[in-house]
Amino acid sequence: MTAATYAARPSLFARVTAVLGEILARPSGATGLALVALHLFLAIFSPLLAPYDYRAVDANLMLNGPSAAHWLGTDHLGRDTLSRTLLGGREAILVTAIATPLAVLWGGFAGIFFGLVGGRTDDVLMRVVDAFLALPWILKMLVLIVTFGAGIEVLIPTLAFFYGIPVIRVARAATHDVVARDFVQAARARGHGAATIIWRELLPNVRDALLVEGAMRWSWMLLAFSSLSFLGFGVSPPTPDWGLMIADARGFMSFAPHGVLAPVVALSSLIIGINLTADALAKALGIDRSQKAPL
Amino acid sequence: MMKGAETNDPIIRVSELSVGFTSRAGHTIPVLRDVDLAVFSGQSIGLVGESGSGKSTLALAMLGYMKRGLRLIRGEARFAGSDMFAMTGRELEAIRGGRLALIPQNSGQSLTPSLRVGAQLSEALELHTALAESEREARIVRLLEQVRLPDPAEIARRYPHELSGGQQQRVAIAMALAAEPEALILDEPTTGLDVTTQAHILELLRDLASKAGMAMVYVSHDLGAIARVCDRVVVMYAGEVVLEGWAREVLRDPAHPYARGLLASIPKLKDPRLPTALEGRPPAPGQAGRGCAFVARCAIAADKCRITRPELVLLPSGARVRCHFPERVGDLPLCSTGAYAVREMAQDVILSLGDLSITYARTGLLDQVLGRKPVMTPTVEGISIELARGETLGLVGESGSGKSTILKTVAGLMKPAGGRIELAGSGPLPPLVENRRPDQLRRIQLIFQNPDESLNPRQTIAEIIAQPLKLYFGMAGEALRQRTEELLESVRLGVHYMERLPSQLSGGEKQRVAIARAFAAQPDLVLCDEVTSALDVSVQAAVLDLLDRLRRNRNTTYVFVSHDLAVVRALSDRVAVLYQGRLCEIGPAAAVYSAPSHPYTQVLLGAVLEPGPGPAPPQAAADVVELSPPATGCAFQRRCPKRIGPLCDSDAPPWRSGADGHSIRCHIPWQEL
Repeated sequence: MTAATYAARPSLFARVTAVLGEILARPSGATGLALVALHLFLAIFSPLLAPYDYRAVDANLMLNGPSAAHWLGTDHLGRDTLSRTLLGGREAILVTAIATPLAVLWGGFAGIFFGLVGGRTDDVLMRVVDAFLALPWILKMLVLIVTFGAGIEVLIPTLAFFYGIPVIRVARAATHDVVARDFVQAARARGHGAATIIWRELLPNVRDALLVEGAMRWSWMLLAFSSLSFLGFGVSPPTPDWGLMIADARGFMSFAPHGVLAPVVALSSLIIGINLTADALAKALGIDRSQKAPL
Repeated sequence: MMKGAETNDPIIRVSELSVGFTSRAGHTIPVLRDVDLAVFSGQSIGLVGESGSGKSTLALAMLGYMKRGLRLIRGEARFAGSDMFAMTGRELEAIRGGRLALIPQNSGQSLTPSLRVGAQLSEALELHTALAESEREARIVRLLEQVRLPDPAEIARRYPHELSGGQQQRVAIAMALAAEPEALILDEPTTGLDVTTQAHILELLRDLASKAGMAMVYVSHDLGAIARVCDRVVVMYAGEVVLEGWAREVLRDPAHPYARGLLASIPKLKDPRLPTALEGRPPAPGQAGRGCAFVARCAIAADKCRITRPELVLLPSGARVRCHFPERVGDLPLCSTGAYAVREMAQDVILSLGDLSITYARTGLLDQVLGRKPVMTPTVEGISIELARGETLGLVGESGSGKSTILKTVAGLMKPAGGRIELAGSGPLPPLVENRRPDQLRRIQLIFQNPDESLNPRQTIAEIIAQPLKLYFGMAGEALRQRTEELLESVRLGVHYMERLPSQLSGGEKQRVAIARAFAAQPDLVLCDEVTSALDVSVQAAVLDLLDRLRRNRNTTYVFVSHDLAVVRALSDRVAVLYQGRLCEIGPAAAVYSAPSHPYTQVLLGAVLEPGPGPAPPQAAADVVELSPPATGCAFQRRCPKRIGPLCDSDAPPWRSGADGHSIRCHIPWQEL
């Protein structure tokens, strides 16, 4: 037999490296991952990099254009736009980086549960999910935030809750696909308990789909967080935040566009980066079947 | 049968054709190597080989088509003199579907589901003929008549899903014939059809070819089907033509070691022995090396075979063979040299099914609201079978006969509507796995048809085999590892397989792992659900041999479900024939196969094709769609060639017992059948 040419199962580390390698092999994936890495780096080290104090108000520098001292100009209170842009993503990234795994976790487990239970219960619960998804997300979130306040302790669970709901659909669909396969039937026929079947047979096969879904949810959540800040329900001044900065600078857009452009570019580059990475991840994991090599 | 028109130019000529793809490392990997082939008008050529041998790639190349990723390395494929790969899209359009037509494997999928059959045929006529619209309808009816569809006008009005698989295939043939093509390419046209349907389709193709004088290229892995329709046979191996010759000779006395091994690995109806396995597997594309591609599996390989690649040489018989030592091939065995499956039955009953019935019917919402009970004939009814310890029962029947359903019910994956399942020593079994005790579960193990589906792609082989060991015996640590190794050895897989994932194994190896997993539980009863039908014939023989050896060691009882009657014959002590979920005949394998008594068994056995170029099998029963079993009377009433009258429709036939536990269920007395 010629079988000896195959390698043994790679370790977790080797598998992660292999997937990263696949992502980096695509120009889009490499761009995306570089953008995300840059933003994460800035989120951690921006306090050390920012040239000015983000609170330093200077009435003489109001709405100045870009200059040698202030590369991206200043805002309506004379604060340095570069410093505020560098620091403006920290809160958004922190909140969403905690809320995303929570959303995937609860949405994933709920979806797997629905997929396994099936039948009438599943039908009814999924209609509830549909009804929920039919309402505009901003309305639902504003109701909670107005009721409980706009702190991180409210924002994280709120975002996690609402963004977990679409994950339910994905997890349920993936579960349906796996449950119908013979190896789950084989495990059932052997007499394994439900917990073992979920943990050993199901989860490893839905994991990839959830990972990609999580990445997509992250970018949506960032957008939602920034929108809330823009509306005044997210980060409170004077803490810099992209959404808030856009809201503040919006009134002066006609004569000081740099104030809006800087946070918009920062936010969009992060979201584009996440989306590109998620796409490349899906292709690397073989979920996106249309992109599979023919041989 | 041989209609040689060799004096003319061939209609299809493939010369020195090599097709391949570029690997990630940038190498050119060939999947077809230096193929030379000529097909003349009025001739039918069969392309045979295992999966991955390049037979379909070759057939598609004759149409000037290559799958995505493949490219032409060198050579050409000419149709009626013009090079198909040098043509523009427009020029190809004029030929394909018109002068050169393709009949695909699964025509159910290649027909447009939202268009009526008549409309689709009309489209083909519009594209490829000059027929006026008013004349088309008559032509459509004639075409459907030509492929022997009953009531053509009615069929033309139907949608594809309203036809049976065999009828869909006929429509696809009619469509290919619409433009009166000069040549037909058929890609596994009967694979996936029931044997009785297959017999009808092949008969039709033979007639069409001889009447219309078309050339046919028939791709199949099934030597039996090739033997029925083809004048010449081309045997493919690892992308090469290894043998080409007249069907009669190639199938009687093939001059290439691979073709001989292939023939010996096919189980035959007349031969109750286990087929001889062809060990090893073909080299992956690009792995063939310098020498002969078959060298690793060849019994007469010499040093020369490892160093130089043999050329196709012309033999005195007119056959061309790619072998250095064609004169030595004759010494290789042609039929099975395998042992007889050991028959060791104890007297005690291990499993008894009593009047088992299964219904798929579900109460709809409306019925529930109205409190109605749906009136449905059970899918499976009245199954009473007793199995002795160490016995192998073969369960045969066409698709939809309920064979797999019965297995799933015995395994506890489906709830029966009535009847009992009793396992000796464990008493009557609760209907569902969830209610069965671990010791009851352990004693019954199920092996599925497709190992790609039944092995979790995310678990290593060691993890897969460890599951029953941990569950039933609480094994852990060193003991677990040791037992896993033992089990792997018992299915002839080395220890180095332990850490691999199923995707790194071949189909046959995967099925061995599934078998090892079933035997890890030390079961008394193993249920085999079409376990070899997803495998190539040469691999199938090895799996059958393995199953037989494992049974011998442990005196395990098998229920072996298959649609392939020859496979069942090789392994079974007793055979039960099912039609529409009802037992027709049950008895010792030798008796059922040598003297089939029930009309359905006769039809079923008569339709089986053997690779030997013998006389045509007797015509099978009427080819109609059977949606659900009839409410009263005999299950086979609608298709029975020996129907005696209204009695068959109204009364359930009685069991008639013969010698040796052989019984049939028919209104006709045994002597008159």
